[in-house]
Amino acid sequence: MKKILVPVKMVLDANARPRVRADETGIDLSGMRMSINPFCEIAVEEALRLKEAGQAEEVVIVSIGPAKAQDTLRQALAMGADRALLIQTDETVEPLAVAKLLHAVVMDEPPDLVILGKQAIDDDCNQTGQMLAALLGWPQATFASAIRAEEGRLLVTREIDAGLQTLSLPLPAIVTTDLRLNEPRHCALPNIMKARKKPLTIRMPADYGVDVRRRLKVLAVRPPSGRKPGIKVATASELVGDLRAAGLV
Amino acid sequence: MTILLIADHDNRVLSDATGRALTALCAMDDAVHILVAGHRAGPVAESAARLCGAGRIILADDAAFAHGLAEPLAALVVSLAGDYRAIAAPATSGGKDVLPRVAALLDVMQVSDVVRIVSPDTFERPIYAGNAVAVVQSTDEKKLLTIRTSAFAAAGTIDAAVPIEEVRAPHGVWLARFEGETLSSRDRPDLASARVVVSGGRALGSAEKFQDVLGPLAERLHAAIGASRAAVDAGYAPNDLQVGQTGKVVAPDLYIALGISGAIQHLAGMKDSKIIVAINKDEDAPIFQVADYGIVGDLFEIVPELEKALG
Ligand SMILES: Cc1cc2nc3c(=O)[nH]c(=O)nc-3n(C[C@H](O)[C@H](O)[C@H](O)COP(=O)(O)OP(=O)(O)OC[C@H]3O[C@@H](n4cnc5c(N)ncnc54)[C@H](O)[C@@H]3O)c2cc1C
Repeated sequence: MKKILVPVKMVLDANARPRVRADETGIDLSGMRMSINPFCEIAVEEALRLKEAGQAEEVVIVSIGPAKAQDTLRQALAMGADRALLIQTDETVEPLAVAKLLHAVVMDEPPDLVILGKQAIDDDCNQTGQMLAALLGWPQATFASAIRAEEGRLLVTREIDAGLQTLSLPLPAIVTTDLRLNEPRHCALPNIMKARKKPLTIRMPADYGVDVRRRLKVLAVRPPSGRKPGIKVATASELVGDLRAAGLV
Repeated sequence: MTILLIADHDNRVLSDATGRALTALCAMDDAVHILVAGHRAGPVAESAARLCGAGRIILADDAAFAHGLAEPLAALVVSLAGDYRAIAAPATSGGKDVLPRVAALLDVMQVSDVVRIVSPDTFERPIYAGNAVAVVQSTDEKKLLTIRTSAFAAAGTIDAAVPIEEVRAPHGVWLARFEGETLSSRDRPDLASARVVVSGGRALGSAEKFQDVLGPLAERLHAAIGASRAAVDAGYAPNDLQVGQTGKVVAPDLYIALGISGAIQHLAGMKDSKIIVAINKDEDAPIFQVADYGIVGDLFEIVPELEKALG
């Protein structure tokens, strides 16, 4: 493989508690810690491992998001990626439009493999990789927990509801990552410094001629219905008594 | 106008997820056709034909569909898409894999993980691991939906089957090739549809202890077994038992969490259970904030007592 493209998204940190705005317009992200989406981080790691194993020559990172998403790109560069591209916008870009932008980037580059996270932990859509595969007419292997490059093909083990499935894909191909694919490395300080000098290009969605207007109108964002506080019981037999009374056991 | 529902099955058995998705779609007041794409999947089509609410079954039987791979299945669905007002799939691993591919080919923005159909164009879906619920209105002409099955009841069955119409597989060259699979044993009730789920976390400490502690209790309660991500990552339980934001979402009548701290990503997969029981030695564990009944203590002592009390 010559080139692997890894799209990454900046999201609210997985350890932060999302605050729903009182006016129901969305989640209040002001002052909140933003991070690389954990699944995207796993995608970056996997691309780097393929490169380090001599299976690929270059790892290119792309993100679509606000100016601040440069931090996310710099993190991927510090992990070891070669260069980065930000398609800068302050608008929320839906997966379909993201896939169209990525399609245009793939046409420009073009990579042999695109590795994406299976879902972003903010909108939890789980769509972009599959949509990109459709637009390109490429094969897809979603929810990957193992990837092996072999004689110009990729063997991908996928986590499915019934267990594990293995697919063999010719290149170019799309893979989306599940959590157990790898454990991303930590960035050492010297690498963080070095990453500042790596190339990072900025473009606008309009440069690609892609219509990024939203197709889904968000009418409201509300807190979930809460649960009533429960009780502590002292012993197992007390618990069984309560469950029996409720007809549960 | 009509809705097309893509059935979830393994060529032998129609999954319960399909019937739950059907229940959701019936609220849209349209006829629902169920697409069974498989290989030697006739029995699946026959079960689908007896689901209460199905208007017609479309059976596409071809070796290309033997393993539910996204490329041929998406091409088939696109070839049938024509007049359907909405195309839906249960949000199973199969549905999540194929439906976005269909959506992009039809230039539609999909609505994932629908938990409530408000009107034919407006849907509720959880975001941020279920920490918020978004109400979204689709402006696309066709609606593409995956349905979170834990939010809907299973469809009933009827005696008089609806007609089964056979269609051919579209021609095409499919690039991804099936190489093999490792399926988990099916000797326990299915996690996604079980009435009772017993889940174990990191505290179980090993695969042996996980099995020794959860196995008999699950047996006694006719329960499915679930696990936290930490338990799966550590190899105590197979991946298909993971409950949570990125695993399975369950809503049984009774969910028993053993040695699970209650991280938001885990809660995302079980907090709509009717009754939640938590056993954890840390009285401040977040799982107690969602539990109806909690016992603070060592699970290795309490589970045997629990079994004894159950008799
Ligand atoms: C992107 C992302 C996605 C994720 N998706 C999921 C997901 O789908 N599902 C999921 O579960 N997690 C998921 N996680 C992980 C999640 O954040 C937690 O790390 C995980 O749920 C913790 O598992 P646990 O509760 O088993 O382990 P821990 O958090 O380590 O909790 C163990 C608990 O056991 C208790 N304990 C220890 N010994 C005993 C004993 N003898 N008796 C009783 N109690 C005892 C402790 O008090 C503690 O509360 C995800 C994380 C990320 C970042």
